[in-house]
Amino acid sequence: MSRGVRLVGLGIVKGLIETARNFIGSYRDPRRLVTVEYPEVRLPPVERARTFPMLVYDGADPEAGLRCVACKICEKECPPQCIYIEADRDARGRVLKRPRVFDVDCSVCMGCQICAEVCPFDAIKMNTEYELAVADRFGGLLLRKSQLVRSTEYHRTVHPQEAVEIDAQVAQARARAEAKARAGGGG
Amino acid sequence: MNGGLDERALIGALSTGDLMPESAGAAIEEQRPPDASPSGSATRSPAAESVRGEGEFLEVSLGPHHPSTHGVFRVDVVLDGERVVRLKPVFGYLHRNHEKLGERGSYLAAMPYTDRLDYFCSLTNNWAYALAVEKLAGLEVPERAEYIRVIAAELTRVQNHACLIGFLLQEAGAMGTPIMYAFREREKVLDLFESLTGARMMCNYFRFGGCRCDLPPGWIEQCRRVVAELPRFLDEFENLLATNEILMARTQGVGVLSAALAVNAGVTGPNLRASGVNYDLRKADRYGIYDRFKFRVPLGAHGDVYDRYMIRVLEMRESVAILDQALAGIPEGPILNPRSRLRSFRPRAGEAYGRLEAPKGELGFYLISDGSGSPYRYRIRPPSFINLTVLEDLCVGRLLQDAIVILGGIDIVMGEVDR
Repeated sequence: MSRGVRLVGLGIVKGLIETARNFIGSYRDPRRLVTVEYPEVRLPPVERARTFPMLVYDGADPEAGLRCVACKICEKECPPQCIYIEADRDARGRVLKRPRVFDVDCSVCMGCQICAEVCPFDAIKMNTEYELAVADRFGGLLLRKSQLVRSTEYHRTVHPQEAVEIDAQVAQARARAEAKARAGGGG
Repeated sequence: MNGGLDERALIGALSTGDLMPESAGAAIEEQRPPDASPSGSATRSPAAESVRGEGEFLEVSLGPHHPSTHGVFRVDVVLDGERVVRLKPVFGYLHRNHEKLGERGSYLAAMPYTDRLDYFCSLTNNWAYALAVEKLAGLEVPERAEYIRVIAAELTRVQNHACLIGFLLQEAGAMGTPIMYAFREREKVLDLFESLTGARMMCNYFRFGGCRCDLPPGWIEQCRRVVAELPRFLDEFENLLATNEILMARTQGVGVLSAALAVNAGVTGPNLRASGVNYDLRKADRYGIYDRFKFRVPLGAHGDVYDRYMIRVLEMRESVAILDQALAGIPEGPILNPRSRLRSFRPRAGEAYGRLEAPKGELGFYLISDGSGSPYRYRIRPPSFINLTVLEDLCVGRLLQDAIVILGGIDIVMGEVDR
């Protein structure tokens, strides 16, 4: 007890002055009042915000425009193994480059965004939707393909910078592929 | 450690969950076989002698759902009145098989799991793991990435220490106020993390050989603003508490950890430095680019809870100094080594131990690679777990409410203790 106890009570008074300053300051100084009145007031999500994965499709039709080619890289790399993919097959049983089943179990997913990082086709991106509570824990949190698909417009609203870059890349790749197909068809 | 525990009796107690035999409390001494080492009762005898006459001991399970135990953590204490006679930490409630999960998946797949070790400091966890893998694979890190790592780690340290002080004071009885002030500042740091990494706590940001993505536009300025406000907050925080007589009475001379015991028990981090041992991996190991920054390592003189509190206050100031230097010196350039690969990453066979000064102490990752895509052995040296091992030595002979404050001063996060 020998260290620095001078006038008993002085330290407490000093602390109380600090508390009072914070209390009064919280009415005037925005740096002292950082909370918002959720759910009435909501802060916009930042560019890189992430919750759970979503599947991006181009154009208007979620089936035809889906960027996913069912390569299953995300399924393999997912740390908690919460993605399940089955490739679609045509009438003769040949594997098609699109998923028939694409499930993400959000009761397992930890939102690490490794799936979005490893996807070579920019098909899987991170959503920013929150408030995902459901009454049925297992059925309700197992998101099917139809619940996961989001349009490129939606992607542009939640990740504006990223989406612009990626849309340009996708358009470029498509143009190249079309040119190649035309050249191949002509020759 | 410093005696008092008969190993066989302790192992017996661990298996049955009984710290005390069925008969009277004094039977601890009698139960010990005659050939047991004399170290047992020697050090604890003064307290034990004076309390034995008072009769009955009471065994209390403190936790696992006790607000002061920082998560699901149980402390079995044997009390004589209010005085702690024996104390046994019981953990494992949050065990998630982390090390085995790390050996199952790819090297990258373990990275998001490291966030969940010490969930207050996910970025330093990421860094420690990346450091081990980089050592294993011989990957260099670009300069800009090194600066980003230092900035992220020091921001983590500031918010961890501020919150720890808040929790400690909460446990000492200052309900709400200090922790709310600490969380207010932490919020600003977490906003920085969110705009940098996309997540506030589970950042998953560092990659082997650099960082996942570059700083977003305007981030440096935003960070400078937050760092510029930190000294004011630290002054306030210090004014609020440092000379508070109640805090001094509750913490000075409580839970004294001698330097010898701290070194022998492998205690690291602020707890070790509070005991006066000058050992900071940022200085001793000079990992990353810490040799470029000027900062001091605060040392305690007494090794009590008050020193542990004060060390953290001083360390936050040093972190602000490092942040100022790093933010001034951050260069342009690439953030990821071009040799680093996300998928099919297979380091050559070998082993590596990467360690760094996490806010809680030395955090180390030990990896053995057999040349395949997942580590053959993945082992963590968690600072909070090892710091927790001295808990009994600090608490025995003190009152129960001192034990709560001592536990708060050690700074544990159960995610890291149980893994």
